[in-house]
Amino acid sequence: MSVQSPISSVNDFVVRFANVNGSGSASANELFARSILRHGVPVSPRNVFPSNIQGLPTWYEVRVTEDSHLGARGGIDMMVAMNPQTWDKDVASIEPGGYLFYDSTKPMPTSKFRADITVIGVPLTAITNSTYTDPRQRQLFKNIIYLGAMCALLDMDPKLVEQLIGEQYKGKEKLLSSNVHALHLGRDWALQNLKCPIGLRVKKSDKVGDRIFVEGNSAAALGAVYGGATVCAWYPITPSSSLADAFTTHCKKLRHDGETGKANYAIVQGEDELASIGIVIGASWNGARAFTATSGPGISLMTEFIGLSYFAEIPAVIMNVQRAGPSTGMPTRTQQCDIIACAYASHGDTKHVLLFPEDPAEAFEFAAHAFDLAERLQTTIFLMLDLDIGMNHRLCRPLKWDDARQYDRGKVMTAEMLEDGRDFGRYLDVDGDGIPFRTYPGTHPTKGSFFTRGTSRDRYARYSEEGSVYADNMQRLLRKFETAQDMVPRPLQANAAKPTKYGVIYFGSTAPAMDEAIGILEARGHQLDRLRIRAFPFHSSVASFIADHDFVYVVEQNRDAQLRQLIVNENGIDPVRLVPILHYDGSPITARFIAGAIGDHQDQLKVTPLRKVKS
Amino acid sequence: MTYIAKPKFQHPGLPKNDLGYTHRDYEGKISTLCAGCGHDSITASIIEACYELSIEPHRVAKISGIGCSSKTPDYFLGNSHGFNSVHGRMPSVLTGANLANRDLIYLGVSGDGDSASIGFGQFAHSIRRAVNMTYIVENNGVYGLTKGQFSATADRGSKSKKGVTNTDNAIDLVAIALQLGASFVARSFSGDKTQLVPLIAAAIQHKGAAFIDVVSPCVAFNNHAGSTKSFDYVREHNDAVNRLDVITGRDPITVDYAPGTVQVVEQHDGTRLALRKLDADYDPHDRLGAMTFLQKHAAKGQIVTGLLYVDPDSEDLHSHLNTVDTPLNQLGEKTLCPGNNALEKINASLR
Repeated sequence: MSVQSPISSVNDFVVRFANVNGSGSASANELFARSILRHGVPVSPRNVFPSNIQGLPTWYEVRVTEDSHLGARGGIDMMVAMNPQTWDKDVASIEPGGYLFYDSTKPMPTSKFRADITVIGVPLTAITNSTYTDPRQRQLFKNIIYLGAMCALLDMDPKLVEQLIGEQYKGKEKLLSSNVHALHLGRDWALQNLKCPIGLRVKKSDKVGDRIFVEGNSAAALGAVYGGATVCAWYPITPSSSLADAFTTHCKKLRHDGETGKANYAIVQGEDELASIGIVIGASWNGARAFTATSGPGISLMTEFIGLSYFAEIPAVIMNVQRAGPSTGMPTRTQQCDIIACAYASHGDTKHVLLFPEDPAEAFEFAAHAFDLAERLQTTIFLMLDLDIGMNHRLCRPLKWDDARQYDRGKVMTAEMLEDGRDFGRYLDVDGDGIPFRTYPGTHPTKGSFFTRGTSRDRYARYSEEGSVYADNMQRLLRKFETAQDMVPRPLQANAAKPTKYGVIYFGSTAPAMDEAIGILEARGHQLDRLRIRAFPFHSSVASFIADHDFVYVVEQNRDAQLRQLIVNENGIDPVRLVPILHYDGSPITARFIAGAIGDHQDQLKVTPLRKVKS
Repeated sequence: MTYIAKPKFQHPGLPKNDLGYTHRDYEGKISTLCAGCGHDSITASIIEACYELSIEPHRVAKISGIGCSSKTPDYFLGNSHGFNSVHGRMPSVLTGANLANRDLIYLGVSGDGDSASIGFGQFAHSIRRAVNMTYIVENNGVYGLTKGQFSATADRGSKSKKGVTNTDNAIDLVAIALQLGASFVARSFSGDKTQLVPLIAAAIQHKGAAFIDVVSPCVAFNNHAGSTKSFDYVREHNDAVNRLDVITGRDPITVDYAPGTVQVVEQHDGTRLALRKLDADYDPHDRLGAMTFLQKHAAKGQIVTGLLYVDPDSEDLHSHLNTVDTPLNQLGEKTLCPGNNALEKINASLR
């Protein structure tokens, strides 16, 4: 093995903590990520966890990135190996020249290490056991002690960590001081016994700005609060449960009547996903803004109701935090694999609106917007999140709300309008946009009532099995879907510095990795125009972007190139023009992967044509 | 038949209720069910109950699932919004509707296939959540629309029209509703309007989950010898524990009944139910007793009817969730949206 010099990098490296789940490491690790943010240095942390509560391996990866590359990078510069179960794999995954931090209380044979990495042993168990007697305290403070040691090794400012601990345990003095004490135990031991700092360092900077650090699920739930959702029905499923939990927390703070203390919302944990979507449909039919949060298996269960929402034209908002499928799949791993399942959910001819937020800030905005869209279009709107956005803290622009903004409640005929003699046909296209008027139950004693059904009916909601009546309605639904095209968030285009024949389409949580990959590709001499799709139905600019380029790569996180299929199918594009770039092992897509795959394809294109070789 | 429009004229001398409405104002479209269907009698009883209670028709939301029974909301309260939803899913749709607007009256109409098979779970959970509703199951023990298959309420040993004997045990929805904590549980027979109308009226007045199982013979597929849901069978085996009168006004209870046979139940909203006791031993406030009584009589092949249980101090889902008095669907931006100042504070807490 060649002599490998230790990696040296300031504010640009990846640390991974290998822990056992249920050991209380999560809060210490999060504290580590937040402390770096307080240095003004952006971080992008990711939880890698099993579908389990206690005892299985879990990892927490922190990408320290002064340049704000918030996608996963791939590769590990420093491993904090706290889990004997995964030791071998963890040690093997360290980049050459990287660092291994471990608990050196028990001696390890040299065969367990690698020659091309720097090994840093701290007798964590010994320090902990000599200080604490309570087993639970030993467990928890061990985490803070390694955090303290890391602080010394990476040259972090302990005052900033203390400040964070202070905020976390505000009013709980005993916990506060004992945490600070544990932090210094670790830090002091490292300073006295190890060469500090190592090659990886955190240096104060000013690159965080006014950005916030929030999980996508929490931001989407806050979007539902701001968007006026009053009814939430849900069924626990990873990775969406924390969205409903966050909605509950936000509502408790923001949605109680000042005088009576009563709730301006209703949250029901349904007996299953069928009941959850049923409650949403019932509430929306009755004029409330309602939503559910679920994941792939829940979508499968909800499809009959989604068809009803489409056909009977009842608003609904479904927040789908995608995970790797099919079936139970990998419940705690990320994918963008429900595109087709959601776009065409339910039997018969159906199409649904999908929104693809790239990060928590967009999750907030799109979530709020989804309720306007659902009521305007009187149909189901899917907010397509995924585990990577939903369950990880992500640095993003601060959330904003325009106080002058009013909810778009859509076409609702009021008692006054009915009294004025307006013609009410529940499925009558009065404006040519395919969107009919509806009435809320209980509006008027003698006018405006109708019978909602999933069976075919005429423009006045009267049961009909006439073929022409059915077809007329199905055509109007298509018109309505066309109307949706101009209401949903438009794609965002960014062109390469130089004119190019090649483009790339991407969406959702792929965005930060894609942005980073563009830089890598440019350095390799590949110029690409970019289009980030933010919604389905596709805006006309998607087709024109494809028409403007010889080849367009479609980058997505599933096996079957589902977005590509949807583009081909809906826009009649020649599939040859769309090159799939697919990542689907359940880990978040990385810039390295994208740049590698696109770069390889581009290099192949540069092969000298056969004709030239012959001549 | 749907192609026959129901004539709109009505006799000028038709009696009117307190709101000035006649029976006709509570009717819906002409039924498309088979002539003689028990469900049509239930429809008539719903119309009668709503008329007698002087309910504004448009303040009722009628919600159903799929099946013959679930078609009936089209045949009553034509000025109410109706929702013929998804098979077995009426309870969840009704729950959502109820959450959105607590001021309307919710009438859930379902069948034995809809509630005891595909929707058994939703039936159970809407009851245990105490949704404020009147949940009526039009129970004929058979799948009518698909031509005569047994449903889950068909008694073991009963025969189908094709001569097949049912070997599966029957689900008694009344027993289940009692177990799940329904605060109003009754059973009746579609052919017994005098018993059924006041039961529906009382259920509508009741706050909380009110469940009524109405045995309703299917004239096309379940009215033959060997069926335990036929007119003849039910008439022979009906064991009514009480008869009910709903007193919405404040008039004193008339002394039509023999002393000791009338029991007055005062409900949460002040309505009083006068129960003419037919079975001296029966106590409608004793949930456990009701369950035992039901089982004992079922073992003897008797169908117990009447008001089997009522909790006069019942609560509903809204009280459990502590929701505001204003219906949620009437709240606007001012109440619902915390605004940008609050958001800036949230932003600050996320740095």
